Amino acid sequence: MNTPSNAVPGSPLESQGTAAQSVAPAAVSATRPMYWSVRRELWENRSIYVAPLAAAAVFLFGSLISLIGLPHRMRAALALDPSKQREAIAMPYDMAAGLLMLTALIVGVFYCLDALHGERRDRSILFWKSLPVSDLTTVLSKASIPLVVLPLLTFSITVATQLIMLLLSTAVLSASGLNVTTLWTQLSFFQMSLGLFYHLLTVHVLWHAPIYAWLLLVSAWARRMAFLWASLPLIAIGVIEKVAFNTSHLAALLENRLSGGGAEAITVPGSFPMDPMTHLTPGSFLISPGLWIGLIVAAAFLAAAVRLRRYREPI
Amino acid sequence: MAACIEAHGLRKAFGTTIAVDGVDLRVEEGRILGVIGPNGAGKTTALNAILGLTPYQGELRVLGRDPWTERDQLMRDVSFIADVAVLPRWIRVWQLLEYVAGVHPRFDRAKAEGFLAKTNIRSTNKVRELSKGMVAQLHLAAVMAIDAKLLVLDEPTLGLDILYRKQFYDSLLNDYFDRSRTIVVTTHQVEEIQDVLTDVMFINRGRIVFNCSMEELELRYLELMVHPDQIAAARALKPFHERQALGRSILLFDRVNREQLAAVGDVRTPSIVDLFVAVVGNMTGNQAQGNHQGAAR
Repeated sequence: MNTPSNAVPGSPLESQGTAAQSVAPAAVSATRPMYWSVRRELWENRSIYVAPLAAAAVFLFGSLISLIGLPHRMRAALALDPSKQREAIAMPYDMAAGLLMLTALIVGVFYCLDALHGERRDRSILFWKSLPVSDLTTVLSKASIPLVVLPLLTFSITVATQLIMLLLSTAVLSASGLNVTTLWTQLSFFQMSLGLFYHLLTVHVLWHAPIYAWLLLVSAWARRMAFLWASLPLIAIGVIEKVAFNTSHLAALLENRLSGGGAEAITVPGSFPMDPMTHLTPGSFLISPGLWIGLIVAAAFLAAAVRLRRYREPI
Repeated sequence: MAACIEAHGLRKAFGTTIAVDGVDLRVEEGRILGVIGPNGAGKTTALNAILGLTPYQGELRVLGRDPWTERDQLMRDVSFIADVAVLPRWIRVWQLLEYVAGVHPRFDRAKAEGFLAKTNIRSTNKVRELSKGMVAQLHLAAVMAIDAKLLVLDEPTLGLDILYRKQFYDSLLNDYFDRSRTIVVTTHQVEEIQDVLTDVMFINRGRIVFNCSMEELELRYLELMVHPDQIAAARALKPFHERQALGRSILLFDRVNREQLAAVGDVRTPSIVDLFVAVVGNMTGNQAQGNHQGAAR
């Protein structure tokens, strides 16, 4: 079911170099083309890692400037009620995570729309198809970018950014003679990272999987203007539904898929799960029908994209 | 002997246009087959079917496999250059070699680098920085380093200048072909591959209209140049095609005794181009009466 997540190159280093020769041929044929296809995507689309890194750099630059006012803000936060302290202290950290997730979302959407379209537009599909890589491997490697690579990158870059912020803040606060214990305890870095990972996995991977699969399908199908084909038909159906039946089930469905994700995954809907006060509820997330319906739809879209790629010729 | 490509009643239609109209074909191992036909004759469609790029009707086996359902396995033993400049423009030369080495079990990277060392292509170059001729060289270097059983080239030198075209076929013959490999090539520059081919095939309107080995071609077909005063005697020997050049008549004969012909003019083996014009031109002429179709030139 969760095929896209299986797209992780099992052991990237092992398939490089001479060690690969000793691996059983069956294992080689399964993981090697997948590994190299993912690397190929990273060569072609450097924005996958450049954009989040740039976003992190911009954010760090901003927070570097804000360090000047940090001792003052910290004093104000310490005067607050302890239940409100967390919010005040962790706000920039949540903002960093939010910015990186938004960046990854935008990169993922535009990547998917171009993934199976660009290779037909520049005719390079004729070259890719001359190599022993199946359409399934190709589509899965492309799906693994928004579903595996981007979330992992977002996680690592966010954690690194937050760590730098935390260390800088600690240095500035210590220098101005403030106690840093509140900062560290309120932030509880490890739990914050765990919460981020959980959020990325539940919402950005599992809940959003059908969105990315839909975009890949459109990019395999559309001859041009993939973005319009991906969005306008849905809007049109929504309008027809509204006019004809005065209902908006599709709109509600789409809204739930886009933003309501993970409502079952945590107890306080709408809050970032990085807050240690939020209780993670993986159990109720895993049994929510929305998750499984979404994953089945995603698998169907991807299967259709594989089939389409087999038939597709350069445009 | 096992056939490399075997087709029975191969058919492919796009809507109401029939691109390939019931082709029967058998290409043995170790041949170099030239497929020649006017634009829109169905060459590329037939090759695409052979390469698993397009679905088809009829029976088709390439190296014992069904290309449409087993393309990825088939591509371990088949390589192709489907067109000039299909290499992705963003890729760097080293990335291309690394990728092919990663996914292709029969790719010899050192060999490809050896071919590239003879060119001006550097491993840090991006494809978009290379000239069209250099891209063709790069693609050929990558393909020749693959130990494939069948190589398909569809207009591999279209738009390249004479030097690159010559080089292309020279390196293909000298560094690649070894009698156990099979090569299928289509081109409009027929005269350049005439000496390379072991077999030649003409396709017109989706059908094979001529299929013959080069040895047989040299035995069967003769071209006769005659002076106007001997034209009647020459015509009596039943040429299947006649044209005028520099005030002399050039007649083509199939299975006519060489000595008989030598008595009335100069005899030589016709070029593939002249044979093609005679065979396909005759067909178009005959059919054009009932069926108003553009001349196949």
